[in-house]
Amino acid sequence: MKFKRFKEIALDGTVRQNPTLRLVLGTCPTLALTKLAMNCLGMGAAVIVVLVCSNVIISLLRNVIPDKVRIPCFIVIIATFVTLVRMLMEAFLPDLYDGLGLFLPLIVVNCIILGRAESFASHNPVGESALDGLFMGIGFTVSITLMGIVREVLGSGSIFGVQLLDFKIGFFTNAAGAFLTYGLFIAIFNVCYNAVERKLKRNAARQATTVADEVAEDASALDTAKDAKEAQ
Amino acid sequence: MDIFAIIIAALFANNFVLSQFLGICPFLGVSKKVNSALGMGLAVTAVMVITCVVTYPIYVYLLLPFGLEYLEILVFILVIASLVQILEMVLKKFSPGLYSAMGIYLPLVTTNCAILGVAELVIGTASSAADAHYTYQSVMGGVLQNFHMAMSYGEAVVSGLFYGLGFTIAIVLLAGLRNKVDKLNVAKSLRGFPMTMLAACFMAMAFFVFTLI
Repeated sequence: MKFKRFKEIALDGTVRQNPTLRLVLGTCPTLALTKLAMNCLGMGAAVIVVLVCSNVIISLLRNVIPDKVRIPCFIVIIATFVTLVRMLMEAFLPDLYDGLGLFLPLIVVNCIILGRAESFASHNPVGESALDGLFMGIGFTVSITLMGIVREVLGSGSIFGVQLLDFKIGFFTNAAGAFLTYGLFIAIFNVCYNAVERKLKRNAARQATTVADEVAEDASALDTAKDAKEAQ
Repeated sequence: MDIFAIIIAALFANNFVLSQFLGICPFLGVSKKVNSALGMGLAVTAVMVITCVVTYPIYVYLLLPFGLEYLEILVFILVIASLVQILEMVLKKFSPGLYSAMGIYLPLVTTNCAILGVAELVIGTASSAADAHYTYQSVMGGVLQNFHMAMSYGEAVVSGLFYGLGFTIAIVLLAGLRNKVDKLNVAKSLRGFPMTMLAACFMAMAFFVFTLI
């Protein structure tokens, strides 16, 4: 695979099509689990595993699955991996299993996973699909963990379960605080994204103008050369 | 469990959207107009009730006796997907009016986490005998087995109905709010999702009061 394609997939997954902050998908676990940053990391890891595995399998089977029954097929594949992750987590990470609670089985209906299966894995080769799953998962994990850190520090005065401060704002551990934090995160991300995009566009425009200038110079040089020839 | 307590909890205190964070995607996505919000809410309610009616017996009489609880996610999602498909076909055939009102929202309901959430919530077995309110017996291989459930069949169906109605209340109220909010002249980066989240934030504050009662 070319480096350019790799960069494109990585940038799409983490920034340009960030599932949490740009596409606003998978909102239920985002709002529910950002109360504690540790749960966010666990959820992110579970989503990455399920997303990569289901993307690989769906990509392998993309020419076998009939178009009409593709959604049920995707859901069964995803549900299988979620069941596996759930059983493994129950056996080896019981604390995290309790923390995620209902939202672990609900990874099945997480729109990010079905969305990537439908829009990417079902018509792209295996390697690219695995990468796409990985970077989408990383985009999701980083966004919800940042949100989790903010909400945990403000709401419980701790970070990853370590008590830091004495003051607590109970509002941030409630549902209302979750909506507020998520809304403000999207707004802040939009501001940064638009600023960066504007800068990139300006750079591109500047490059284009310098190229145009060079072309114009070349053209004028040609003209002078022509003039000189005519004069001769 | 008192049935009245279940109803109040399902409608307000444990409202699916505003305190349990289930079904947020349609809550944010299909709340631009009051009419479509109402259609989505009713479709979700209908599917939720049918899901509870169908999955509870499957869980108690099929999965539990054979020790197949670990298949619950797979079985539930398949049952929900086929139920939605069947409901869509039945509505199309027998009630075209209702179909045109809420039919287009039905396919979206399959991947609505509120539906799988209600199945997982109301059907879960009680972790200890103290939490168990109902016990089902069944004979497997000549051995009488007891299964402790946190809710009875009737309670599960009633909670399904009122969780669905709670969802409908929340989404219709948000659609009403968004009619005003979307017209506000705010900073460009706040338009769309951020403002909707802020509106939902204030609604969640209002619903939070019910948990204090």
